Amino acid sequence: MSTVPSTAHSDGLDATDRRIINGLQGGFPVCERPYAKAAADLGLTEDELLERLQQLVAAGYLSRFAPLFDVERLGGAVMLAAMAVPPQRLETVIAQVNAHPEVAHNYERDHGFNLWFVISVLDAERIEAVAAAIEAETGLTVYRMPKEREFYLRLRVEA
Amino acid sequence: MSATPSHAPDALDRRIIAATQEGLPLVPRPYAVIAERVGTSESEVMARIRALLDTGGIRRLGAVPQHYALGMRFNAMTVWDVPDERVDDLGPAVGALEAVSHCYTRPRHPPEWSYNLFAMVHGRDQDTVEARIGEVAATLGGAVRASAVLYSRRLLKKTGLRLPAGDDEFPHPESERE
Repeated sequence: MSTVPSTAHSDGLDATDRRIINGLQGGFPVCERPYAKAAADLGLTEDELLERLQQLVAAGYLSRFAPLFDVERLGGAVMLAAMAVPPQRLETVIAQVNAHPEVAHNYERDHGFNLWFVISVLDAERIEAVAAAIEAETGLTVYRMPKEREFYLRLRVEA
Repeated sequence: MSATPSHAPDALDRRIIAATQEGLPLVPRPYAVIAERVGTSESEVMARIRALLDTGGIRRLGAVPQHYALGMRFNAMTVWDVPDERVDDLGPAVGALEAVSHCYTRPRHPPEWSYNLFAMVHGRDQDTVEARIGEVAATLGGAVRASAVLYSRRLLKKTGLRLPAGDDEFPHPESERE
């Protein structure tokens, strides 16, 4: 499980924020007043927790407070894809790619293959349609990089 | 393409996924708000979410950290061209490294892309990441025919699962944040 560094950083988080981020990455209760229950476990009131969460999301420390879905378990599929975008077209192509709601993550990377994104869909057969649509819109090749084998998988953020 | 789905979502599950994928409402009774949006009861929403947790359709429920904002700014995609017949022994060795968060094989696209083994390396600063990349290189040793390190320059988009837009069956979730 991820751990937010506790050492001083210019990240503007206080001890309570860290406790929330580190303590609430999973196990959020499913009951009528889940924030009240989670807050009690953290030594906070429901209002305090809600306010903190709103701030953490607004400031971008949390990308969201939400279920983390396993798309493959749900019968969907994810695929990594890459493009080699001419630098002068980069911003336009980024906008075209990001406009697809099925594009979940998108990074610019330091390479001739400079755009790397993940297509995530609940209906597996739509993966190819999304990749093809991006090719049609941009006139560029979308290199399909589906995972073939996976060796170990864990999320780790240094403590 | 992947694991057999253990829980094929029905129409109500899909509406619940659409209504929660960008965030649970930050109000005292979030499941009641979702229930209202998708047209069912609070208890039904809770039952569906519990079932999705039980079957792994929801991996976890809670805070999804934004690693960039939390200081994990350096993420390197390291890519390696190793002989296919060596993948069986090299893949697990790289995947077991502390330094590596994800390790996959992926198809080559010759001539532009000759790399078949991907290892993701993260860290708070470039020196840390470079040292960790060194560990991957040492593990692969003489099997490496070519390699590259692709640092992230910018995170351009990060969302969770998104249902297709324009699918009128689903109420549209809140607007994009990123």
